Amino acid sequence: MAERDSVVLRVEHLVKYFPITRGILFKKQIGTVKAVDDVSFELRRGETLGLVGESGCGKTTTARTILRLEQATSGHAWYGGKDIFTLGRSELRELRREIQVIFQDPYASLNPRMTVGDIIGEGWRVHPGVLPKQRRRARIHELLELVGLNPDHINRYPHQFSGGQRQRIGVARALALEPSVVICDEPVSALDVSVQAQVVNLLEDIQDELGLSYLFIAHDLSVVRHICDRIAVMYLGKIVEQGDEFQVYDDTAHPYTTALLSAVPIPDPAARSLNHRILLEGDVPSPADPPSGCRFRTRCWKAQEVCASAEPELVERGIGHPVACHFPQVEFAPRT
Amino acid sequence: MVTAIKMDTIGGRPVDPAAPLLAVEDLAVEFRIDAGVVRAVNGLSYTVERGRTVAILGESGSGKSVGAQAVMGIIDSPPGFVTGGSVRFRGVELLDLPEQERRRVRGNRIAMVFQDALTALNPVFPVGWQIAEMFRVHRGLGRAEAGERAVELMERVRIPLARERAGSYPHEFSGGMRQRVMIAMALSLDPDILIADEPTTALDVTVQAQIMSLLAALQQETGMGLVLITHDLGVVAEVADEVVVMYAGREVEKGPSLGVYHRPAHPYTIGLMDSLPRRDQHTERLTAIAGSPPDLLDIPSGCAFRPRCPHARNICARIEPPLFEPEDGRVAACHFWEEVQRGRA
Amino acid sequence: MSDLEHIAERRLGGDPGSDLAELEPAAGREGSLYADAWRQLRRRPIFVISGLLILLLITMALFPSLFTRVDPRSCDLADSLLRPSREHWFGTDVQGCDYYARTIYGARVSISIGILVTVSSTLIAVVFGSIAGFYGGATDTIIARITDIWFAIPTILGGIVILRSIFSERGLLQVSLVLIVLGWPTMLRLVRSSVMSAKEMDYVDAARALGVGDFRIIRRHILPNAIAPVIVYATITVGVIISAEAALSFLGVGLQLPAISWGLMISVAQNRILTAPHLLLFPGLFLSVTVFSFILMGDALRDALDPRLR
Repeated sequence: MAERDSVVLRVEHLVKYFPITRGILFKKQIGTVKAVDDVSFELRRGETLGLVGESGCGKTTTARTILRLEQATSGHAWYGGKDIFTLGRSELRELRREIQVIFQDPYASLNPRMTVGDIIGEGWRVHPGVLPKQRRRARIHELLELVGLNPDHINRYPHQFSGGQRQRIGVARALALEPSVVICDEPVSALDVSVQAQVVNLLEDIQDELGLSYLFIAHDLSVVRHICDRIAVMYLGKIVEQGDEFQVYDDTAHPYTTALLSAVPIPDPAARSLNHRILLEGDVPSPADPPSGCRFRTRCWKAQEVCASAEPELVERGIGHPVACHFPQVEFAPRT
Repeated sequence: MVTAIKMDTIGGRPVDPAAPLLAVEDLAVEFRIDAGVVRAVNGLSYTVERGRTVAILGESGSGKSVGAQAVMGIIDSPPGFVTGGSVRFRGVELLDLPEQERRRVRGNRIAMVFQDALTALNPVFPVGWQIAEMFRVHRGLGRAEAGERAVELMERVRIPLARERAGSYPHEFSGGMRQRVMIAMALSLDPDILIADEPTTALDVTVQAQIMSLLAALQQETGMGLVLITHDLGVVAEVADEVVVMYAGREVEKGPSLGVYHRPAHPYTIGLMDSLPRRDQHTERLTAIAGSPPDLLDIPSGCAFRPRCPHARNICARIEPPLFEPEDGRVAACHFWEEVQRGRA
Repeated sequence: MSDLEHIAERRLGGDPGSDLAELEPAAGREGSLYADAWRQLRRRPIFVISGLLILLLITMALFPSLFTRVDPRSCDLADSLLRPSREHWFGTDVQGCDYYARTIYGARVSISIGILVTVSSTLIAVVFGSIAGFYGGATDTIIARITDIWFAIPTILGGIVILRSIFSERGLLQVSLVLIVLGWPTMLRLVRSSVMSAKEMDYVDAARALGVGDFRIIRRHILPNAIAPVIVYATITVGVIISAEAALSFLGVGLQLPAISWGLMISVAQNRILTAPHLLLFPGLFLSVTVFSFILMGDALRDALDPRLR
């Protein structure tokens, strides 16, 4: 499985700070929001890496920075041997073919004044080399069928489709340029429950057929467990734990992950008594003023002095399950 | 601590101490708009007893929110009209009460909490002031005393540093804290029933857990009934004693949560459950329900779920399924519920 | 068969995850949002009435001979200040000119200035407002501050000062120029804020992620979705400009005789309100109706182009 293990995207020490400014004519910086603060991970060919966390953890900012929709403060993102953050204009445009994105809001991610066909085909206008003009219409038909939509609707407008259908249009648009990496930013969060599974299945099928790699950003931990091969858990701009489905969900090592998972309700009334829910106190600290040392210590029941003075590194423990904690859980539950 | 019964009469009608807190029967609501008539609710019934939680489960367009608004009497009319059914609070019919009497029930006996606290709270007044207003207006308390009660309430809903924060504005709070403020306002007049419309949908999951735990504790303290409207099967499983599953304005399955979750009898319920991934199990492939929820202007004939149902047959298009009883205390609106239930077992 | 075709084959073969079973979108909603808006507009009486009025006025401006065969400049002093009669429908003015003809010809000036000024202001506003709104940063600060300062100049007063001091001749072009110069700030701010909110939409990010260049993003994604409030405002502006010109001419700093303008006619009529009220009545009536129609039209458009059209 050598091909499968090859790394397709490597993010190294990504940092993104947002300045907080004040003033009308001459803006003065009075603070910094440390949205992403030294994040590193690898995405391998054909796999789905999940980035999970609650609001303000920096997962969406990470995605936007990789896409160069935001300017990284520092760090590297290696793709095809080059650092994405240092690419010039035309090289960046070339890169767009390779890394694409699917957005969360099916109602805001499609231009309401363009037809579905125009939306899907827009990429080819920018990259005419991908597909000769004569073949484009046929390809739009193919893509619509691929995502499960009626090709006859090529001239319809987004408002004539349901939320789930619009999300499919978004998928078709992302695939038009034949990328190898697709960043999925909460692709099913805004959809009805009965429709989410359809889109999840669609994404999985397409990944298998076309050999895509997904960076899957979400806050719904159940969906993430299902679709992701590996998961990175983020808190206040840092990755606190990383591993495969069983490592993160069953052999949870970081206290935040434990609390987070225990908060997710299980759709079975019989499970009520079995779940030992950990209720975290209070709110997430402000990313403009994160706690010293370990950022989670203000809400962590294991916190000790060392947690305030020394920031725990994301340490690989030899089993492919790195954790950033001074007192990680080291239980190994037997697996069926 | 259990709240005592407050009034003996509502709008001149005597309260029945033996009746359930809330009894909704065959509720029907329609919206008359340019494009046609939308049957937003078309047959919804449930009862709420003291200290019990009833969950109304449904997706967008299922009519779950509209049903709650009809109970509260806050539907914009026109274009909305309650066209049938009855809503009884402690045995007293509410739907034909004059608006003035209705207003005395609203907030006072039946309170409501909404999804987005940011838009439900007034941004230009401090939160303490808004909570205190409930006491000033409805209980005639003076400003100082109302302010004290407001701070007490804020502490009761576990807002840290309540006294200091009573002077802060809604936008200065986080989403979870704002939701607590809304709950405080709802509880201020000691209502018998609290209707919570998607109270945690906009919140992070850890905050959701806090809020749901708070609601459970408050319910324990006061013995109030809770109607929880949501689309989240996990939340329902956690807190509901009874669940009503709605689809296209109708109840399609109803019963105690354990029974409904373990032995569902309607294809929609089964479809929902099978399509959910779980955080405590590995799922290989999700079984999706085909299609999407119907346009309420054009509900399919017969059974509204028919176009998406793997069990659908001719009769499903012709005859709307009545409510069958798979077990005691349960209903399912499906012609073939036995087969459906057996197939799932 | 290509890869994609193979996959499509399988999906068509009854995968329950496929959407093909339920593809009828919302009933009877064909076409673009503009087509929808048109269909909605057609049915509204306000739109129809104001639309017809505006069409009538434009025709009057372009082809005054359709409405009167009398030359507004052939005046016979002997017929001075006649009341409305069968021969002179609107009576005559001080110099004996047929008032009806003059009123009709007055439309030309008003409509021309109204449209010329509005179109020019809008163009300036759209170009610079889009740049300011889209690029933000220093560019925006400079443009926005200049606009703010310009904004502070009061329209009529500024118009009077400029027209008096700078221009020796005051014809259509000069008055139009002054009104353009004073009118663009409001429009620019509108465009700028509209562009700033359109810029935040996900579909703009999606276009960037596809590699679409700035110019195309503005042209294809931002402007079509930001232009609705501008169209509404521009329509109303036509009416406002028409009455501004009338005011300037009334004050004696706008068009000069022998130009025919409703404002000038009203100015002359001032002194004779009691003796010859028809001198004030007819141009005043036409002016009011014209301004009113444009404002009504703007109202109707605002409802139809409302972003709540999804």
